[in-house]
Amino acid sequence: MARFTPHTAAEVKEMLAVAGVSSIDGLFGDIPADLKPRSFNIPAGMTEYGALSALNSMAAKNNTSATLFMGGGYYDHFIPAAVDAISSRAEFYTAYTPYQPEASQGTLQAIFEYQTMIAKLTGLEVSNASLYDGGTALYEAIAMAIRTNNRSKVIIDKGVNPIYRQIVKTYVANQEIEIIEIDLNDIYTDREKIMSMFDESISAIVMQTPNYFGIADDFSDIFKAAQEKGITKIAVFYPMSLGILKTPGEMDADIAVADGQSMGLPLSFGGPYLGVMAASKGYVRKMPGRIVGETVDRNGNKCYVLTLQAREQHIRREKATSNICSNQALCALRAVVYLALLGKEGFRKASLVNFENAEYLKTKLKGIVEIKEGATFNEFTVNLKSDAVLFAKKMLAKGFAAGIPASLYYPGKNNYLMIAVTEKRTVKEMDDFAAAFKSAL
Amino acid sequence: MENIFEKSVTGRHGVDAGTPDEKSVNKIPANLRRVKDSPLPELSELDVVRHYTRLSKLNFSVDSEFYPLGSCTMKYNPKANEAAAVIPGFTGLHPYMAMIDDTAAQGALEVIYNISSLLCEITGMKKFTTQPYAGAHGELTGILLTAAYHRKKGNKKKYIVVPESAHGTNPASAAVAGYSVITVPVDAEGGMDVDIFREKMNDEVAGVMMTMPSTLGVFEKKIKQIVEIARKHDAVMYYDGANLNAILGKVRPGDMGFDIVHINLHKTFSTPHGGGGPGSGMVGVSERIAQFLPQPYVDKNTSGKFFISPDNKDSIGKVASFFGNFGVLLKAYTYIIMLGKEGLIDVSEMAVLNANYIMVKLKPFYDLPYDRICMHECVFTAKKQIKNGVHALDIAKALIDRGYHPPTIYFPLVVEEAIMIEPTETESKQELDMFIEAMKEIAMTAQSDPEKIKNSPSTTRISRPDETKAARELKLTCF
Repeated sequence: MARFTPHTAAEVKEMLAVAGVSSIDGLFGDIPADLKPRSFNIPAGMTEYGALSALNSMAAKNNTSATLFMGGGYYDHFIPAAVDAISSRAEFYTAYTPYQPEASQGTLQAIFEYQTMIAKLTGLEVSNASLYDGGTALYEAIAMAIRTNNRSKVIIDKGVNPIYRQIVKTYVANQEIEIIEIDLNDIYTDREKIMSMFDESISAIVMQTPNYFGIADDFSDIFKAAQEKGITKIAVFYPMSLGILKTPGEMDADIAVADGQSMGLPLSFGGPYLGVMAASKGYVRKMPGRIVGETVDRNGNKCYVLTLQAREQHIRREKATSNICSNQALCALRAVVYLALLGKEGFRKASLVNFENAEYLKTKLKGIVEIKEGATFNEFTVNLKSDAVLFAKKMLAKGFAAGIPASLYYPGKNNYLMIAVTEKRTVKEMDDFAAAFKSAL
Repeated sequence: MENIFEKSVTGRHGVDAGTPDEKSVNKIPANLRRVKDSPLPELSELDVVRHYTRLSKLNFSVDSEFYPLGSCTMKYNPKANEAAAVIPGFTGLHPYMAMIDDTAAQGALEVIYNISSLLCEITGMKKFTTQPYAGAHGELTGILLTAAYHRKKGNKKKYIVVPESAHGTNPASAAVAGYSVITVPVDAEGGMDVDIFREKMNDEVAGVMMTMPSTLGVFEKKIKQIVEIARKHDAVMYYDGANLNAILGKVRPGDMGFDIVHINLHKTFSTPHGGGGPGSGMVGVSERIAQFLPQPYVDKNTSGKFFISPDNKDSIGKVASFFGNFGVLLKAYTYIIMLGKEGLIDVSEMAVLNANYIMVKLKPFYDLPYDRICMHECVFTAKKQIKNGVHALDIAKALIDRGYHPPTIYFPLVVEEAIMIEPTETESKQELDMFIEAMKEIAMTAQSDPEKIKNSPSTTRISRPDETKAARELKLTCF
């Protein structure tokens, strides 16, 4: 079995003598005898190859051969090999949170560059060092708004990822925060309804584009109306779409949050992902999580440190801006390397290929199935006129993960299926998909 | 070092992202389009690889330096863990797949089920959730579970009790979940002061958060009394598993009477810290809390098929998008099955042995506020060195010059000028001896030439940063 303790029997004996005890048990004398474990039935250990062989057998039971047309906020994007190469450098992945700046400039500068890229992508002024995932980032954005304007009601459009909304509701269950969710008109934002609810008791408005059904939107009008009532405007976005779609900053959002999975992170059955958060400057002291700032050392050299730590729990304890004491540093590193590799032109192109592919698939499905109207990015909704869950199962048997049935989170919308197409899908895959689609209907 | 934007050259191409038809952008309504192009840098693949490779070399890391950071358990991260997490059958699996057809994700569900079962046995708890992404996230989940338990019973509770030696995240997590915090001081032996605890307890206390062994590195000998008092007031006992590495196979939170446990897989179960994440803060619960666990929850039927439990109205809901940091679970699971029962017990025994060895060897040179057998870490102070103007921070920086990542300093807060050393079990006696020599030499130099210590580090690319300037003149982006 594998062992990672280097001690020889002779060394153990010598060290016990130094520690002043005659046996290992002497080190655990503070544990009351009647608290010895009632059981500890863990199987015997394995060799490394035995363990990896077991893991490989389990992996083989997962279906990763189906061609993915499945999104719902988490997408099958291309990851350049250099992303894996950099993030598997042990200097990055076996380091701790950069509390000792002299020994952590690598992590600190990479995060500083990440913050810059996120701010520039979203069109906002500042970004933190990242949070856990999109849904928890949305909760943190709402908490920031409430800390800023001391109001307690929050309006969330039901076009916002239902998983995010569930996370928010779970977090606020024991707080005096009222979450008001606004029904969609079919799959479209009910702007009049939302704007009619704006008044000085509302802390924040949360909108998402493209929404869960894939509809791309411009919320400038809603945010303008919100601004007039002093409501904090929170935009949920899809990072990959920002190569071509209007940014949260351009819509005048105050805070933008996203799941950063699309920027160089594998699907990996739901994590690790990345909570992205950017905001306008006025919010920076209310922001949760780590923030890296630039400064100079004693000799005037430019360098980086974790800054604004007076917001944080290790100093402020129960008065901290949040309880978060980490980020998803390695995931943020992947994101910054991903964005740097694609670069200005590459990122725009990748974004455009996603859009083009989805438009191509729409033309192939036209006449086969009803495609819901409206501008989209790389995901769109179809009305199958029959149960989408059953249909998705049928398609899986044909080798396609055809999309996400809306009914998983929108009871009643039984016939709607959301189909996502990334830059990885080839013309042949899309043609085959359309053919299989027709035969499965 | 230049930042990535300063290396950008207009017109340079990076990774090929495909060749779209530029005109297709016109199909998007004008008001939905990005107005100003994103100012990402323009670099070749080599430019990018070289930049980040060079940055990596500015980090201290477990693979290159001894990293005795107290409370963080910076043990070696076996490479097999990393190999398991990049198996394509896991990395390529879409999380929604399990919701369309659970037979398409049997392997992933099996990992989740198995690691949960193993942790139940290791901790003596009834059920686990894999959702929490980090230790602090596990704490928050635990407090939300506590709130749900009391809500269901109709209890009106307002407070969470924490000992003053607790991690700052404990009170912060309680506050995020809507509770006020009552702090209890520690006694002369480093345990929670039970008399004061008894006085402060009342029927409005929802839960008591304990770290065991405590952040002072000592085992709470009066735990049975504490649990008994908490039970009288129907307060939920919460076990902060940050220090679980000390007690594997020696004592279990469930047997001690805890209701909720969080475990840092990135500490005890050897998943790498990643420079600050991703981690995993899996949460285990006793029978009376089980019905409130987050969803989705993975279970196994009698024929051995894994499935996602149907919706449960008592569940607190979701604290994560899906099953938490699945990639991290894979690493911890690999580690646990490689070590097995004997290996896990060996981990704690050697971790505690290493800590005690360092404690005894350094005792003549550094002030030791709690002089008793320690668990997996020992807490010294810089009291002896302060006489010469040398503080814990200076000692930490001097260690960097000697090729060591510093211990945790100024924590726990209850110990002034604390220096908290956690060697972990994966360090050899030879490595410990060299570290001990370095610490001794620093103590000597602090007497003979204190300025030298105060001016460290001098071997790193930068000297001490001006943190005040960083906070006052905020510069949070490259441009």
